[in-house]
Amino acid sequence: MERSSRDYALWTIAIALVVIFALIPVLWLISISLKPPEALTDQSFIPKSVSFDNYKSLFEGGIDGSPFIKPLINSIGIALITTAISIVLASFCAYAIARLEFPGKRVILAGALAIAMFPPISTVGPLFDMWRALGLYDTWLGLIIPYLTFSLPLAIYVLVAFFREIPWELEQAAQVDGATPFQAFTKVIVPLAAPGVFTAAILVFIFCWNDFLFAISLTSSDASRTVPAALAFFTGESSFTAPTGSIAAAAVVVTVPIIVFVLFFQRRIVAGLTAGAVKG
Amino acid sequence: MSEIVLEGVTKTFADGFEAVKGMDLDIQDGEFMILVGPSGCGKSTALRMIAGLEDISSGELKIGGETVNDRSPKDRDIAMVFQNYALYPHMTVRENMGFALKLAGADKEEINKKVEEAARTLDLEQHLDRRPANLSGGQRQRVAMGRAIVRDPKAFLMDEPLSNLDAKLRVQMRTEVARLQSKLETTTVYVTHDQTEAMTLGDRVAVMRAGVLQQVGTPAELYDNPRNLFVAGFIGSPAMNFMPGELSGGKLKLPIGEVDAGPLGIERDDGTIVAGLRPENFEDVEVIGDLKEERGIVFEAEIDLVESLGSDLYAYFHIESAGVQSDQLADLVEESLEETGAGASTSEGREQIVARLDPTSKVRRREHAQLWADTSKLHLFDPESGDNLRTK
Amino acid sequence: MSVNVPANPAPPKSAPKASSRTRSERKLAWMLCAPAVLAMLLVTAYPIAYAVVLSLQDVDLRFPDEGGFAGLSNYSSVLSSSLWWTDIFNTVFIMVISVAIELVLGMAIALVMHRAIFGRGVVRTSVLIPYGIITVVAAFAWQFAFSPETGFVNNLPLISDEMDWFGGRFSSFAVIILAEVWKTTPFMALLLLAGLVTIDDQLYEAARVDGASAWQRFTRITLPLMKPAILVALLFRTLDAFRVFDTIFVMTRGALDTESVSILGYNQLISRLNLGLGSAVSVLIFLCVFLIAFIFVKGFGAKVEEGRPS
Repeated sequence: MERSSRDYALWTIAIALVVIFALIPVLWLISISLKPPEALTDQSFIPKSVSFDNYKSLFEGGIDGSPFIKPLINSIGIALITTAISIVLASFCAYAIARLEFPGKRVILAGALAIAMFPPISTVGPLFDMWRALGLYDTWLGLIIPYLTFSLPLAIYVLVAFFREIPWELEQAAQVDGATPFQAFTKVIVPLAAPGVFTAAILVFIFCWNDFLFAISLTSSDASRTVPAALAFFTGESSFTAPTGSIAAAAVVVTVPIIVFVLFFQRRIVAGLTAGAVKG
Repeated sequence: MSEIVLEGVTKTFADGFEAVKGMDLDIQDGEFMILVGPSGCGKSTALRMIAGLEDISSGELKIGGETVNDRSPKDRDIAMVFQNYALYPHMTVRENMGFALKLAGADKEEINKKVEEAARTLDLEQHLDRRPANLSGGQRQRVAMGRAIVRDPKAFLMDEPLSNLDAKLRVQMRTEVARLQSKLETTTVYVTHDQTEAMTLGDRVAVMRAGVLQQVGTPAELYDNPRNLFVAGFIGSPAMNFMPGELSGGKLKLPIGEVDAGPLGIERDDGTIVAGLRPENFEDVEVIGDLKEERGIVFEAEIDLVESLGSDLYAYFHIESAGVQSDQLADLVEESLEETGAGASTSEGREQIVARLDPTSKVRRREHAQLWADTSKLHLFDPESGDNLRTK
Repeated sequence: MSVNVPANPAPPKSAPKASSRTRSERKLAWMLCAPAVLAMLLVTAYPIAYAVVLSLQDVDLRFPDEGGFAGLSNYSSVLSSSLWWTDIFNTVFIMVISVAIELVLGMAIALVMHRAIFGRGVVRTSVLIPYGIITVVAAFAWQFAFSPETGFVNNLPLISDEMDWFGGRFSSFAVIILAEVWKTTPFMALLLLAGLVTIDDQLYEAARVDGASAWQRFTRITLPLMKPAILVALLFRTLDAFRVFDTIFVMTRGALDTESVSILGYNQLISRLNLGLGSAVSVLIFLCVFLIAFIFVKGFGAKVEEGRPS
C-alpha cells in the first residue's frame, strides 16, 4: 500500500494519543515537583514558576535525617539482591526445563503459574507473624524472601521461553571443533543466553522496585522500608502542609531512572513480556 | 470478456527499488498465462498488482477492457490462490469457500449450492465440515482452489500454488490444475519459478528477469527460438550448454571444433560470441550413422559422469575454454545454484557440458569418447546484450 | 581418527545404558530446579497453610493472652459482615469495569504497536512507562491531579471547578478505575500483541481479495483468531484486578466504602493485628482467586499451557 500523507497524518495522531496517554501522570508529577510550595494550589498543569525546594527537602538531613535517602538505598539494595538471586535460581530451573527431560516439568511450570496468580495479601498475615518470630521483621531479608518467591515465576517463564530458542546443538558443534564442555558452554551458550537473562533481570528488578503491599506490611521503620512504602508516610515541610511537593519530587527521582531504563531496553522488555507473559 | 492487459506497468517501492519495469503483456480471455522467472524477478509483484494487493506506480492495468488501477481487490472480480493457501484456520472448509460469497451478501442457499458444486469438482465433499488444520497439504491446496472457483471470477491469479507440495503430489496436482482451467475456461495468470511447470501448464509463458519481461510465447516458441541467453538457459531441463565461440575468417571456432559460419546465417563481424547447444543435440558417434557426420562436429571428450535413467542417458564432460562471461549467464548460474546446489561450472578454464545420448550408448566414466554435436541446432548469442543472433 | 564427543543429555534411547543416563539427567534436572522450587514454596505453601491454621484460631496480637481454637467462627464473622460483602462488591465492580476498558484500549494500542508504519520505538517506550512506574507513584499523581485544590483536572473545560472527586463513592471509583486502567492497559496491550503477531498476514490479503472491509477483517479474522490470547489476557488481568490494593490505599485508604477485599485483609492483619480474622479474610480471598481462575480455565477454556497465550 502506498503511504499517502493522509496515512502518515492518521498514524501520527494515533501515536501521539498513545504517548500523551502514557505520559500525563509523569509530566504532572514533574510539574508539581517543580512548583514552589505556595503555588501548589494553583491548579495549573504547567508550573508558572520553577523551584527546586521540593528536591532539596528530600535530601536534607543526610542519610538518617532525610525521609528519602534511606528508603532509596533500601529499594536499590533489596531490588538488586533479589534480582541477582532470582535470576540465578530461575536460570538453573529454566535450563533444566528447556533442555532436559524429566517428569514434573509441567508440574513446576503449572505451579509457578499458580504462584503468579496468588494473592499476596493471603501470605501477608502468616509472614508477618513468622517474620516477627524469626526476627526478620523490618529487615532486608524479610522483604527479599517474598520478593524472590513472587518474582521467580516471571523469571522462569521468560527464561524458559528464551532458552527454548537457543540451538543447543551449537554446544556439540563447538566440542567437535575442539572446545572442552566448559569452553563450549561459556563461549557459545552463555552469549546466546545473555540477552534473555538480561531481560528477565530487568523484569524482576521492576517487580521488586514496584512492590507496595509487602513493603508496608513487613516493615515498620527506615531500616528496611522501601520507597513506595516510605512515600505513603511522607510528611510535608511542617506538620500543617501536605507532603504533596516532596512526594512528587521523590516520585520523580524514582521514576526518571525507570523511564531512561525503559527507553534503552524497550525492545528487550517487550520481547521478554510477550515471550513469557505472566504477572506484570 | 476478461482479458487482462498490462501497459507499461511499473512498480517502484518506497526505497527506490524497481521491482517491475515497464511491463507490457496481453492476456487473452480464457488463456492460461504463466509468469516464470528466478526469485526476485518481479513475477509475484506483477501478479499482486493485477490482484490489487500492490499499487501500480505507473502504467495501466485493464481487466475486461476497464482500467482498474485504482480499484480495490474486491472490486476487480478476481480470485487468488496463495502460495501458503491462506486458509482461515478458524473456519471449516465450507465456511472458507463460502466466505467471499457471504461477504457479498449472497443468501445461504445459493452459497451452499455453489460451495457444494466446487467441492464436487475438487473431490472435497467429505471434508466440507473439517478445519484446515486437519487436512493434508494436497487437500488444503484444493480448498484454496475451491475458494477461488466458487466465486466464478473474471480471472484466477495463482501465486506458486504448488510449491509447498512434495514432488509427486506436485506432478499430480499439475494435471488437476490444467484440467480444471480448461474446463472452466477462466483466464488464469499463474506464477511459478519452476520452468517445467511453466512449460507443461501454460498456453503461453512470459519469462521475466530483474523486473523486465524477456519473452512471451508458447512453450515451443520459447524452447526453439529463445530471444536471448537468459531465456535459452532458463527454459529446458537439463539446461542448454553454453560455450564461447570465436568468429573469424568465415569460420566459427568452438572449443569442440570448427564450423563454417556461412550456413549459420548470421550477420556479424569477427569477434567472440556465445554458442549454445541443447543436450539432445549431442550424440555418441558409435550410435549414429555416417550421414549425420556431415552436419556437425565430431570431437573427443573425457566423460566425467554418466547418469543412466533407462530411457535417457546423460553424459557429463568438460571442454577447455576460457569461460563465458555474461550477466545473463551469471544470473542463470546463481539461480540454478540456489535450486540444486550445482550449476554450469565455468571455472578454471573448463566448461561443463551435459549431453543426452541414446540409452544404448556405451560411454563410460573416466573414459574418452567420440561425440558428435549437431551444429545446425546451434544457438548463437551476443556476449554483451545476450540477444539471439539467429532470430530476427 | 575418532573424536570423543561428550554426549549431550538426550532423550532416552533403547540401549540398556540409557536408563542410567536418563536417571542422571533427571537427577541433574531436579537438582537444578530444587532451589527455585523451594524458594517458591517457602513463601506460598507454608504461609497459606499457616494462614488456614491461623484463621481457625482466635489470635489477636493486641490481646496475646487470649486465644485458642475458634473453629469456623472467624469465617462466619467475616461472611456475615456487611463490610465483607460491600468490599466484594467494590472489588468486583472495579475489576469488571477496569478490565473491560483495558481490553478495548489494550486492543487499540496493540493494533497501533503492530501496524504502525513508523515510530514503533516511541510507542513501545510510551507503553512501557506505565508498566515501569511504581503503582503508588502513579496513584499519587492521579490523586493530586483530581484533588480539588491542587489538581489540574478541575481546571479542565467540561469539569466543574468544585467537583470533589474523593468526596463521593462513585466518583472516587471513577478515579481509582482511571488510575488502574492507566497503569495496566500496557500490559494488556502486550499480551494481546503477542496474540496479534501470530496471525499470518496473508490471511488479511486473502480476505481483501474475498471482499472484506477493514472492519470485517477485524471482526471476522483478527478477533476469532485472537480468542486464545484474549482469554489468557483476561484471565491474568482479572486475577490481578481482584487483588487491587495499592491504588485504593493511596487514594482513599478505603474510605467512603471504596475498600477492596485486600485492604480489608490488610486492615485486619496489620492495622488491627487480628491475625485470626485477617487470616480468614486472606483464605477467603485465596479461594475467590482460585474460583476465578477455575471459571476461566474450565468455563471459558483459557489455554494456559506452559504459560504461552494460545
